[in-house]
Amino acid sequence: MSITYLDAIREAQARALRDDPRVFIYGQDVGAFGGAFKATKNLAREFPGRVLDAPISEDAIVGLAVGAAIEGMRPIIEMQFADFSTTGFNQIVNQAATLYWRTNVPCPITLRLPVGGTSGSGPFHSQCMEAVYAHYPGLIVLTPATVEDAYSMLLEAVALDDPVIFCEHKLLYRHLKAEQLPGEALPVGRARIAREGRDLTMVAYSAMVHEALEAARELSAEGWEIEVVDLRSVKPLDTDTVVASVARTGRLLCVGEAWPWGGVTAEIVSRVSSEGYGLLDAPPQRLNARDTPVPYHPNLWAAHRPTARSVAAAARNLLRQ
Amino acid sequence: MLQTVIEAKQSNAAAARDIHLAAWRFMLLARMLDDKLAAVWRAGKMHGGVFLSRGQEALSVSVGLSLNKGDVFAPLIRDAAGRLAFGESILDAVRTYLGSALGPMRGRDGNVHRGRPREGLLPMISHLGAMISVVNGVLFARRLKNVSGTVGAACVGDGATSTGAFHEALNQAAVEKLPLVLVVADNQYAYSTPTSRQFACAHLADKAQGYGVQGHAVDGTDLTACLKTVGQAVARARDGRGPQLVVASLLRLCGHGEHDDAGYVDPKLKQSPLGRDCLKVAEEKILREKWADASQLAAWREEVVREIEESVAQVQREPAPDPFAEEWRAISTGHLSEGHEAEH
Repeated sequence: MSITYLDAIREAQARALRDDPRVFIYGQDVGAFGGAFKATKNLAREFPGRVLDAPISEDAIVGLAVGAAIEGMRPIIEMQFADFSTTGFNQIVNQAATLYWRTNVPCPITLRLPVGGTSGSGPFHSQCMEAVYAHYPGLIVLTPATVEDAYSMLLEAVALDDPVIFCEHKLLYRHLKAEQLPGEALPVGRARIAREGRDLTMVAYSAMVHEALEAARELSAEGWEIEVVDLRSVKPLDTDTVVASVARTGRLLCVGEAWPWGGVTAEIVSRVSSEGYGLLDAPPQRLNARDTPVPYHPNLWAAHRPTARSVAAAARNLLRQ
Repeated sequence: MLQTVIEAKQSNAAAARDIHLAAWRFMLLARMLDDKLAAVWRAGKMHGGVFLSRGQEALSVSVGLSLNKGDVFAPLIRDAAGRLAFGESILDAVRTYLGSALGPMRGRDGNVHRGRPREGLLPMISHLGAMISVVNGVLFARRLKNVSGTVGAACVGDGATSTGAFHEALNQAAVEKLPLVLVVADNQYAYSTPTSRQFACAHLADKAQGYGVQGHAVDGTDLTACLKTVGQAVARARDGRGPQLVVASLLRLCGHGEHDDAGYVDPKLKQSPLGRDCLKVAEEKILREKWADASQLAAWREEVVREIEESVAQVQREPAPDPFAEEWRAISTGHLSEGHEAEH
């Protein structure tokens, strides 16, 4: 049996619906149609009245989720594309993210955001939003890179009492496969060493973990042993695991698919610089997408985001220092 | 038969008297509380702003009195009377204005941004149109839980009707046929912007048709009319007849906040029927109907003032929030809280 990243997301939702009567799914086209990516395929039929189509109203969709959470439910919201969450932004950052702080009433909502670029998707169906949401206090931001994490972290997201931005990468939906769903998993908040090494630490998350791993394989043929850290969650950020890795390697390259100004990679460089300055043998580096909207044509798109090749090139530069 | 009709009329008259007197007392309490809070603000003893309800008490109290325990209420910033009628304590109001650590918001949020979500009173965020879909969410959840018979009221001003959030939420409520009562206090100005720069329809209640919901228009200066119209709208929603849009025409008889002298308000509006003070209109009706005499009203006024003075005096002696004792944690899952910045 082979399970894709997308299957894992569907199965996690099915299990959440089965195990917890407080769970319901609300979003555009999630009902009988099964979602734009089929992440809720057949769920409306299996769980009548609990998987519901919403009007094209991201603001009201998130607002409804907050109200339902106040009433003790655990809504899962599918944003059709992460890019569209900007029209629900106010409800996410001002309503959901502030509720617990202001009132002591938790807001257990899970917002599934299909993120990231795929060839031909262009500026409005390709964005990575993790840095924007991680900036706001009150939100947990998860960025699973594996089939196992997509499953276990989505279940944990639903179980958590706080609003979770669940960034699921569209490029991984069908390409990534596993033999079975995991029984045990690392908890949210813990990073994972995806590959061990001694010469350089690559920190990545979401789809970039796979570019980093590919680059590490390429570099291993040249004799370099690269350690790859998969952050898994960007908020909270497991600084300890990253700093411990840098302590072993002395070199840091952070890779993110999001835009370069600020963001997760900048945050890691900042933390490692202040907490592990003496561990560094060379200035910490980061590699992000270019500072333009995400382009449409495959040639432009492939040159816009970091790839195994550009990650390996950046690593070679850093290893020479 | 005749006897039954007379008795029914008498009991209706008694009910009308009772509800008007209850309403008037909450309106007076709201007005006096506003005046006191404004005085505390002017004395420099309060941070932030003060947002008064003057001129909107009749509509507001009608919402509060029409709701039952177990219903949901998302008030706007001028709903002091409705909050009190819904069951909010004077202390909650004063403590939130003064930032008391003992208040429901514990100094983390202030003034009109207060509530107790678990008791059905939702604390507004400043983007007021955004509260409507949150009320929808509570009602939606209740439907999923098979809880019936409750309604939700969301109150906004004419300004919020221009927001996308208003449109999305009213449409959402209509699609789901939720028991939502959306009350619009059309008080002629959104801060300083007149309705002529806010919308172009003849009457905001006309919007109801476009959403497929029931619309109601009411004179917001007339307590009797507000009690009747809001009461009917709430009853219809409770009865399963879907969202109700109530639009009350009135005039804000104060600035947006106490910092605002409202010099932009057209004097002609002040002289028009919209400029009537709803508290006075209600008082005149009570006296005219002989539901109470002037000395009774004066006695209540004294009682209300004493109650407010005691509350304010009590809260002024209460501890302020302590930044060193503050937890500085924005999520409830303690072990996932980012300690990075909190270490210094």
